[in-house]
Amino acid sequence: MTDANFWAGPWGWTIITIGQALAVIVGVMVSLAFLLWGDRKVWAGVQMRKGPNVVGPFGLMQSFADFFKFVLKEVIIPAGADKPVFLIAPLLTFVLAFMSWAVIPFAPGWVVSNINVGILYLFAISSLGVYGIIMGGWASNSKYPFLGGLRSAAQMVSYEVSLGFIIITVVLLAGSMNLSDIVNKQAGGFWNWNFLGGGGLLGLGIIKLPVMFGMMVMFYISALAETNRPPFDLPEAESELVAGYQVEYSSTPYLLFMIGEYANIVLMCAMITILFFGGWQSPIPMDSIIAPGTLAYTLISLGWFIVKVVFWFIMFAIAKAIVPRYRYDQLMRLGWKVFLPLSLVAVVIIAAYQVFGGNFA
Amino acid sequence: MLAIAFYILAAVTVVSGALVITARNPVHSVLFLILAFFSAAGLFVLMGAEFLAMLLVVVYVGAVAVLFLFVVMMLDVDFTKLRQGFANYLPIGMVVGILLLIELIMISSAVAQRGAAAGQSPQVYGAEMSNIEAIGRVLYTDYVYVFQAAGLVLLVAMIGAIVLTLQHRTYVKRQDIHTQVTRRRKDAVAIVKVKTGEGIKE
Repeated sequence: MTDANFWAGPWGWTIITIGQALAVIVGVMVSLAFLLWGDRKVWAGVQMRKGPNVVGPFGLMQSFADFFKFVLKEVIIPAGADKPVFLIAPLLTFVLAFMSWAVIPFAPGWVVSNINVGILYLFAISSLGVYGIIMGGWASNSKYPFLGGLRSAAQMVSYEVSLGFIIITVVLLAGSMNLSDIVNKQAGGFWNWNFLGGGGLLGLGIIKLPVMFGMMVMFYISALAETNRPPFDLPEAESELVAGYQVEYSSTPYLLFMIGEYANIVLMCAMITILFFGGWQSPIPMDSIIAPGTLAYTLISLGWFIVKVVFWFIMFAIAKAIVPRYRYDQLMRLGWKVFLPLSLVAVVIIAAYQVFGGNFA
Repeated sequence: MLAIAFYILAAVTVVSGALVITARNPVHSVLFLILAFFSAAGLFVLMGAEFLAMLLVVVYVGAVAVLFLFVVMMLDVDFTKLRQGFANYLPIGMVVGILLLIELIMISSAVAQRGAAAGQSPQVYGAEMSNIEAIGRVLYTDYVYVFQAAGLVLLVAMIGAIVLTLQHRTYVKRQDIHTQVTRRRKDAVAIVKVKTGEGIKE
């Protein structure tokens, strides 16, 4: 075991990768507990309530109390439910929500799997997320969950299309599908981040600025729809469908649904951060202060990443509190008739700039 | 390790493929189909074609199969009725099935012996070119006309679907969000002082 080559061999690699995956999962889970608390606090703050404030200092332990409450309850499975599918659905949501974190670069070099098609992998896994909901809705063998599942399927498929086009604009700017490359491309200050056009704005490059800023706003709105968050939470609209696809769920299966949902939301925040907000890049270049490659540099980069993700999470939380729910036809109209054409035009503009822009510089 | 992964993925693909046909519940069939797609994507990854694998997941699993599931879930299939004619249709079904099987075996053996895959393992580009670039290079140079033609075929299919489903009905009230949003109080409400005993004149 003391052999240094062991860690380079296949078994050592397996152990290291499993360790890294566990570290990421535990880290995400623990931060989810506090983000969930933060979500409720923001929500309460907007509505001038106090929010959770009983368990622990400032109510910080509320999520853990909720966790034990859910786990200790009885699992109720409806008699008419399709039992295997009913139980697989929340598990699927949970597993898929954590699978995506494998390719997220948290700091320079801190990524479990640095694959070349990272962004496509994220997109693929997030497009699978719909199955947990649609399976849960169908297997419950009940009307409201079924309607919720159908709504969710149509909604997520619709918004994936524009999400894909928005991602393509970023891929065109970065010239790579590797998430670490996309982040590295945005180095050197916030004016190089993709939401401001990814640098090179002098001359004709200025056209990238409004386009990419619009893309960021559209990505944010599409992310809200993709994660079934208000104002697009029609799959679980309580005033129409009680609780949508999760009506029949209780106890741990419900908990899995909820954790999966929040993990997806945080994942979307991480995606906006990486695609448009420079990932772990510092807003003002800090290479001259701390040497790149040192541990301190890595940790500060991680700090920036976390700060940005939390910022976007607060944006998600505020949207939940202040925006009234969309109607279903308005939701579909926004996805197909507004976002899809706009993002297509943006792809054309960015691609044209990347190919011909050099001629006018 | 690769061999273990291959056998697991291949076994899952074949077994779930078999279950697609044998499952009694059509929704279960679609779910097994999705599992088959997914493990086929895993096989692509093992061959070093990660871009194709991701596309398979995005397009087939993420979009096409969702619509399958969408439709199948809403079907109200009566299985006892469906099985009534089973014995009558069995011979012709078997003939068609066996014919298809023979054709499939002939085509796949011909491709394996004389086609593009004859006697060589799939070419893997090294670190100098990712397989996105490799595919893009082939797709937009050698096969650009075929690629565009495929796009046209899809466009025709899309227009066909729209023509079939779009009906212009004059009596349908449509919402114009712009007019709804720009509507002001003075456009809709007028305050009228009504004198006692006179009412409002039209």
